[in-house]
Amino acid sequence: MKKLLILGGGTGGTIMANKMRHELERDEWEITVVDREKTHFYQPGFLFIPFGHYKKQDVVKPKNNFIPFGVNLIIQKIDKIDPENNLVVLADGIVLKYDLLVIATGTRVVPEETPGLLGPEWKKSIFDFYTPDGAIALANFFKTWQGGELVLNIADMPIKCPVAPLEFVFFADAFFVERGLRNKVNISYVTPMSGAFTKPRAAKVLGAMLEDKNIKIIPDFYLERVDSEAKKLISYDEREVPYDVLISIPVHKGDEVIEASGLGDDMGFVKADKHTLQSVDFPNVFVLGDAGNFPTSKAGSVVHFQADILTENLLCAIENRPFTASYDGHSNCYIETGFGKGALIDFNYDTEPLPGLFPLPGIGPFGLLQETRMNHYGKLLFRWIYWHILLKGKEMPIDSKMTMAGKKL
Amino acid sequence: MSQKVYAGTTVDVNEEGYMTDASQWTKEIAREIAKEENIDLTDKHLAVCEFIRNKQANSESITIRSVGNSGIIDIKGFYQLFPGAPMKKAAKIAGIPKPASCV
Repeated sequence: MKKLLILGGGTGGTIMANKMRHELERDEWEITVVDREKTHFYQPGFLFIPFGHYKKQDVVKPKNNFIPFGVNLIIQKIDKIDPENNLVVLADGIVLKYDLLVIATGTRVVPEETPGLLGPEWKKSIFDFYTPDGAIALANFFKTWQGGELVLNIADMPIKCPVAPLEFVFFADAFFVERGLRNKVNISYVTPMSGAFTKPRAAKVLGAMLEDKNIKIIPDFYLERVDSEAKKLISYDEREVPYDVLISIPVHKGDEVIEASGLGDDMGFVKADKHTLQSVDFPNVFVLGDAGNFPTSKAGSVVHFQADILTENLLCAIENRPFTASYDGHSNCYIETGFGKGALIDFNYDTEPLPGLFPLPGIGPFGLLQETRMNHYGKLLFRWIYWHILLKGKEMPIDSKMTMAGKKL
Repeated sequence: MSQKVYAGTTVDVNEEGYMTDASQWTKEIAREIAKEENIDLTDKHLAVCEFIRNKQANSESITIRSVGNSGIIDIKGFYQLFPGAPMKKAAKIAGIPKPASCV
């Protein structure tokens, strides 16, 4: 019996388990998924929690529900990957051997990287919404907050879902307007990037949206530390931004096991080929999604598109054929803009987000790089699609390769 | 694609002035690009340039944090060497593309 081992049972690991169980003969290949958490989190839903749109129960389900029959699920922390000997050691001492390894261990927020973030003010005047607990603490805080300086800060790039911080401030604007508090709340968006987004046309459109909503953008701000007593952010070039409530997107790193196994770059992201998804060091090791050092967004849509590519390339590897699939960096993100509207961007390694209609050229129903009601419904509908179609690795009507059809240059 | 002359050598640059062929780079060229950015190039600047050129050659991601972990300089020092936008200025002077670390 040959062994396919998948590290991580999040979006990527779960999709791969479903796809590969479908592809591989049960009497030839054993498939095992390892993850430390028994709960599957619908991460795009965290953003909705601080504003009371979702509760915790809306974003969690047992992992077991999504792992298909014929795949082993082990709930245990992973201590070490030993790719020289094709084995993985778990925290309880169990050693798993593999013929093929898929690393889908994701990324995590590391607030301890920035002095002053963690401390007595954490979850009192400093919050994160990238963890369920952080998002819930913030929801409770907002229930009674009477206004002041609301500052959102991105500590460093890359981060998970690079549009989520924008969506957060758009939602915050709508939330405080609806509560009649907007005139008492100043919202600032403090980012290490030079604008609202890195790609020029999207940065222009999204920057204009920020301006329309009276959200102040403070660009090129690279956070050194937080003075949580004086309530201010301090950058490496010694600029200061005062706040009453800080919404922090902390530094992101790969999983600890990547660093412990010497497989990552200096942020703990696994070094892999951005087209084939194969590890640069070990031919029987493949990487998927947030865990990799791919120069594209760390986002669910990326994982979804990569899963199609990876399935094909794993079969190539098994059958000793040259790789036939190549990932183009395709990413597709709904951006909630508040007041029941949303925007949508679609791009890849070479093409920046452009305006147009999606997925059917000339028809839509979704509008690219523009605010529409339909885009917002797309995002809400997506939660159902995620649990029922996406995780199970079923066909979606969106190609894993980006298309120029329907886009305007 | 346009061209520019630095230290008597013609090099290819993009519309933002970043060199597009890292192999055309020399320390003399770096010194002249640095002048345009109002930076007087020292050995420390050059060490940072070499570090990020190496990263670029190995297709590794280049970030401010990685320069801070390089052992050459800490992040604060990096800001002092290349004031304002250290990553962008260092990349320009090192003759490599503007880092696309933020997507």
